[in-house]
Amino acid sequence: MSILVDRNTRVICQGITGNAGAFHTRGCRDYGTQMVGGVTPGKGGQQFDGLPVFDTVEEAVAETGADATMIFVPAPFTADAILEAVDAGIRVICAITEGVPVIDMVRVFRAVKASDSVLIGPNCPGIITPGECKIGIMPGYIHNPGKIAIMSRSGTLTYEAVWQTSNLGLGQSTCVGLGGDPIVGTSFIDLLARFEEDDQTEAILMIGEIGGSAEEEAAAFIKQHVTKPVAAFIAGRTAPPGKRMGHAGAIISGGKGTAGEKVAALEAAGIVVAPTPAEMGDAVVKAMQAK
Amino acid sequence: MKIHEYQGKELFRAAGVPVLEGHVARSPEEAVAAFEKLDSPLAVVKAQIHAGGRGKGNVIDNPSQKGVVLVRSADEARQAAEGLLGNKLVTIQTGPEGQTVNQIFVEQGCAIARELYLGIVLDRAASMPVLMVSTEGGVEIEKVAEETPELILKEHFDPAIGLESFQVRKLCKRLGITGSAARAADRFMKSVCRFFVDFDCSLAEINPLVITEDGEMIALDAKITFDDNALFRHPQIKELRDLDEEDPNEVRAADSGLSYVQLEGNIGCLVNGAGLAMATMDIIKYHGGQPSNFLDVGGGANTAQVTEAFRILLADPNCKGVLVNIFGGIARCTTIATAIIDASKEVGFNVPLVVRLEGTEVEEGRKLLQESDVDVITAANLTEAAEKIVAAASVA
Repeated sequence: MSILVDRNTRVICQGITGNAGAFHTRGCRDYGTQMVGGVTPGKGGQQFDGLPVFDTVEEAVAETGADATMIFVPAPFTADAILEAVDAGIRVICAITEGVPVIDMVRVFRAVKASDSVLIGPNCPGIITPGECKIGIMPGYIHNPGKIAIMSRSGTLTYEAVWQTSNLGLGQSTCVGLGGDPIVGTSFIDLLARFEEDDQTEAILMIGEIGGSAEEEAAAFIKQHVTKPVAAFIAGRTAPPGKRMGHAGAIISGGKGTAGEKVAALEAAGIVVAPTPAEMGDAVVKAMQAK
Repeated sequence: MKIHEYQGKELFRAAGVPVLEGHVARSPEEAVAAFEKLDSPLAVVKAQIHAGGRGKGNVIDNPSQKGVVLVRSADEARQAAEGLLGNKLVTIQTGPEGQTVNQIFVEQGCAIARELYLGIVLDRAASMPVLMVSTEGGVEIEKVAEETPELILKEHFDPAIGLESFQVRKLCKRLGITGSAARAADRFMKSVCRFFVDFDCSLAEINPLVITEDGEMIALDAKITFDDNALFRHPQIKELRDLDEEDPNEVRAADSGLSYVQLEGNIGCLVNGAGLAMATMDIIKYHGGQPSNFLDVGGGANTAQVTEAFRILLADPNCKGVLVNIFGGIARCTTIATAIIDASKEVGFNVPLVVRLEGTEVEEGRKLLQESDVDVITAANLTEAAEKIVAAASVA
């Protein structure tokens, strides 16, 4: 098993005829993902590499039976694209697009929570169940099917963690990039509940960063509800307050959201925290040995 | 993106948020003219910089010159202008080097009955904007939040609906605001919340918000930050940007689609991805070094962008070594390797360069570097990279 996506997941790409959408639709299909079509308003009826293109998500779902979508539409239209996917009843919505206005996400977040859809992102690398289904921009070859669940607010730092767990021979069950924005569809807590239930997942690696309080909330949740070993890393111990470190969400404001506070909360919940990003894999091993 | 107080107040006025009359001045003569135009026995001269704490801040080398000055004559307005304009103001938010004052705001005085604090931010945990109001106006709100958080009252609101009247009534009841001031509060708070949404703010702060002796509610300050991601739909706001208030390297980097933050150490970092960039800074520090910057070249970086990134890094006189840490996903290691070779030809590396490549096209990238005549110290993993650059930079 795995969470959210597997070999049976049928995926469309919203924005399939754009540069990024086209490139990554091919990348995902080459990895083995069941790409079944795409959506670009105004280009319905065309073909993309043999895949049907539709004007609306509703049509795409009716014609292809898609239950997941990968969104690459430009930031000004991303909120609308997510809402369209929710409306069409898509189960897993993965918004890769960077630069979505926060106010748009307030509206989208409430619509998603009131539905049965799961939104991952925006501003994220996507989700992958190694060997079965890749929805997003991560390099597929660094992953191996295995037992570690990885969830992260960062993209390339996730690759680093994946690489370390692959090199240790552990492999991954499912890896999810939550996204670097202040409001994202899926939180650590949402995933923790799923990973705790997932048979394939033996341990969980959580990669957080400065800003907000998602890691503290996750720590409290883990203490109460998670029995599996958990390891973590927090990026940004050296970040100065008030400066946005690349991600819109990675900012220490009003003295809150520091790495120090997050590490303290995680350690208090019995989570093994890696002291450096080079030791994320080792921290997972330690957490597994301790249980 | 941040704007000045006087710009914020112009936007407030247009949006129906009450502010006092005031005029911006860029010379002592303009300050005199502004004072006379106000036709008021009392005015306030306020330094316009993108940092808070101006009232308590003072000019470098002239501690008696504060950033906010009460003036009672045109002559006093001129003196205040002379003391501030062209000088560096140091506040709790500027850092010790201070920020040059290029303009001042000359504003009417008013008869204050009460000072409050009002702020709107996005509450990430709730995924909703939140209006915060406190009786502790005019002081550092961070201190209030830390020491007496119960004195900060909060009301969340849906951006599509705005603040509701009952929410204002709740706040007024708890703040002890009654009569005409309570009616003023309803208009005022709803307008500010609407403003926050309409202009895609990430912060709107009014400290102090005052109630006058006549029961009026007035924004005596306006500290506004906009969501950079939403500027595409506010071209008029984009024009308010003041590049003098920003770090020139950060502006230059942003123009090339790079995300850069200047820091105070001596090891330059060039990384793809914000999380990995932060983590790279962290591991440098863990091994005893100090990063001189945060730099994320992004996912789809091309050779021109990466070359520009090197130019910016190497222009920093404090930079004694550069660590390149790339985990290629969309970004290819070959792109980075080519950029390193180009930058070496064009700018020349006068400091040690440690390179750690992993991910997409890694073998080809490593080979390119090996076959070039660029003097590169390679590293197989993160720890090795950090150790090598810290050692190299301490010798250089």
